[in-house]
Amino acid sequence: MFYFVLQSTLSMNKIDYLNDISEIKTLMNRSSKFISLSGLSGILAGCFALIGASFAYWLVSDQIGTGFLILDYDTFLLLLLDLVLVTLLSVGSAIYLTTKKAKKNNQKIWDSLTRRLLFNFLVPLLAGGVYTLIILMQEKYGQTAALMLLFYGLALFNASKYTIGDIKYLGIIQIILGLLCALVPKYGFWFWVLGFGVMHIIYGSIMFYKYDKKPNKNQI
Amino acid sequence: MKNILLNINKAFDHRIRLGIMSILMVNESVDFTTLKDLLGATDGNLASHTKALEKVGFIKVEKQFVGRKPNTKYSVTKIGEQEFKKHIEALEKIINKT
Repeated sequence: MFYFVLQSTLSMNKIDYLNDISEIKTLMNRSSKFISLSGLSGILAGCFALIGASFAYWLVSDQIGTGFLILDYDTFLLLLLDLVLVTLLSVGSAIYLTTKKAKKNNQKIWDSLTRRLLFNFLVPLLAGGVYTLIILMQEKYGQTAALMLLFYGLALFNASKYTIGDIKYLGIIQIILGLLCALVPKYGFWFWVLGFGVMHIIYGSIMFYKYDKKPNKNQI
Repeated sequence: MKNILLNINKAFDHRIRLGIMSILMVNESVDFTTLKDLLGATDGNLASHTKALEKVGFIKVEKQFVGRKPNTKYSVTKIGEQEFKKHIEALEKIINKT
């Protein structure tokens, strides 16, 4: 008799417990993972990188692939400006699109979660950025593409703990590209194009189709 | 059957309490406002549930000032973590059995 009573309360509660579990999952994800990274911003970043790279190619086309780069001061500044512009445009569009998406998801854009995400992303990235600049100032241009890819990959990998959206794999790919690039610095330019341009576009499109297109299915 | 029910912890037997524990399990510490936003609870409601969980020693409360504003941070204790895991396992067993 006791068993039957127990049995019926259990099946009655089963739906409640199922709801409990799905709610636990939702809250765990919502509180620890940032879900509003925009796939579109990845595609845009890739496009900016390609445009910037073509400009750089046009600037120093006669020297690419030789393994040596002899730059006069003006060209060096132009290249640096080109790089800064690409970065600013990519970051700007990422911030804009992500804010927009976060608003749609009712997720706060500036809370402890995004702060943690940015912190984990920026520490390796800034370390790498400064190091790359130092190397540039010493006029060792050969390894810059490898360094940028490597540190960017590490930054992505580190930040991936706090996002959904498989950023981890993009990070790993960039790290591998960076290391390969270090082996054959001659093709540094093309590795850079592949990593920052093509990979961003591929990754962005995958994310766009996976998460942005059917907004309600994968958000939690 | 009885054994399974033994592990269903009464302290978690509420949506908000279960929510608080879930959030704290995956975050080092979370402040009051963030908890409130995530759970969609009122101040008083959340306060009473955090107090209940604190009383049984499942969560730790840390009060401090950020500038002039009081800021209360919550984190899960070792016991809380263990009990929550047991609770979830019990839930899973019930769902699988029936």
